[in-house]
Amino acid sequence: MSRLTIEASTPLCLLQDAGRFGVRHLGVTQGGAADWCSMSWANWLLGNNLDATVIEITLGGFAVVAAEDCLLALAGADLGAQIDGQPLAPWRSFKLGKGQKLLFTQPLLGARAYLAAPGGFEAPKVLGSSATVVREEFGGLDGMGLPLAKGAALSYRGESLLLREVPLALRPDLQSNAPLDLVLGAQIGQFSGQSLFDVFNTAWSLDSRADRMGIRLLGSALHYQGQPMISEGIPLGAVQVPPDGQPIVLLNDRQTIGGYPRLGALTPLALARLAQRLPGDKVRFTPVMQERAWQDHIHYLQSYL
Amino acid sequence: MNPRIEVVALDCLMLRLFDEIAEANMPWMLAASERLRGAFGEQLIDLVPSYTTLMVHYDLTALSPSQARELIAEALIDLSPNAQAAGQCHVLPVWYDLSVGPELDLLAERSGLAVAEVIRRHSAREYQVFALGFAPGFAFMGLVEEILAAPRLSTPRKKVAAGSVGIAERQTAAYPVVSPGGWNLIGRTPAKLFDRNRDGYSLMQPGDTVRFEAVSHAEFVNLGGDDTPLEALA
Repeated sequence: MSRLTIEASTPLCLLQDAGRFGVRHLGVTQGGAADWCSMSWANWLLGNNLDATVIEITLGGFAVVAAEDCLLALAGADLGAQIDGQPLAPWRSFKLGKGQKLLFTQPLLGARAYLAAPGGFEAPKVLGSSATVVREEFGGLDGMGLPLAKGAALSYRGESLLLREVPLALRPDLQSNAPLDLVLGAQIGQFSGQSLFDVFNTAWSLDSRADRMGIRLLGSALHYQGQPMISEGIPLGAVQVPPDGQPIVLLNDRQTIGGYPRLGALTPLALARLAQRLPGDKVRFTPVMQERAWQDHIHYLQSYL
Repeated sequence: MNPRIEVVALDCLMLRLFDEIAEANMPWMLAASERLRGAFGEQLIDLVPSYTTLMVHYDLTALSPSQARELIAEALIDLSPNAQAAGQCHVLPVWYDLSVGPELDLLAERSGLAVAEVIRRHSAREYQVFALGFAPGFAFMGLVEEILAAPRLSTPRKKVAAGSVGIAERQTAAYPVVSPGGWNLIGRTPAKLFDRNRDGYSLMQPGDTVRFEAVSHAEFVNLGGDDTPLEALA
């Protein structure tokens, strides 16, 4: 049953879930919400599975009109959302009455907002997931990888009566300047000493060349002194350094294998924070041990219980 | 073989088995893959093989990094190469023609061979599938004869037709879908390389072998091939 009609959209408004798994050995990318923390909170608000299908709205320009009374949830970036002109802050579930319009205008804080519906938005599973990967033509409303388009109808089947907010103490701080945790990789010792100093002691600026495959960072040029690499699997959050010395952080829609040397990989929590930053923003890195980062992660997951 | 386990991310470890690309790696890679799939079971999220490595992405809610590392180490005990479990052998029909494989001339010129001889040599070998990547179902295969090796185009094409067969260095591959690409194109296959409705999705899997078989234009079209010349796509 159709419950919402899309009145405005952009190529950056996509159905997403946790991503596509068990097929990466076939060259199929992972996909999924770039800020998995906020996706999880949007679903948590409604009592959904944390990986139920949501709408990822990047930068705004999205609007829906309710065909009947709806209960929805919003988490992540503040994209200047309004219901019939009244501001709607994220991190809460809310009612959207029949005929009312929910509009996302422009980024006020963060880059990506997540809109959830009871039980998740209806979409076919392609290779096990509804995550939209435009390049590979998988996922989305028709399963062919198309972004959400004006005129399309959205439906869901669940029920929820949960009107609530994410407790303040648990909300991700999208303004935080805390450095991003980087798990050091095998090639870290093959960067020059000056490069290692620069990685962790200088600020990195987000380039405008950023999409769901990766985010380029601008700063001091890093020098890799090791042998050329043979292509190998690329994890989510990998920080690779191409020959120009400017690192690229690889996101959900990255290629599955690649041959640039890597500093390591951001932790999933750090990556979720990076996914909320805008071009021109500055970030810093801090090294973290794998075991320690794992403990932090497991601890964080308990906030959804 | 000199196996090493390296950290690559919070929930991923890299098992590095070799330092060079070689066809002889494959029986070991297959054996290690099988062991790892067995050892991790439901806790394996993805296993990403490449030429010399296997990346293990595991469920971090079920295993700590040290537990995952131990599982990998145990899985490798008494590992022996898996020769007979080598994958399927596929025969890919290819229409070798300048209209769909414009670098046939270039390869002939570089090698000093006639175009027909380039075709004969490319289709004479049985190739290993080393890894899939770049796009769903895109199989990196090799090794082609040294004399046919050629570097990637200095300017990649914006649009390469689906089914295009190409060579880069000593590797060969076929493009599953229309995509940008810098390989030297020599022909086109009508084979459907990735199909979301097929069991296993990808025609070729790591460890399979592939032979190319030259077919005529008529056979190519009969098999469902699209003979639109490459220039018409640009």
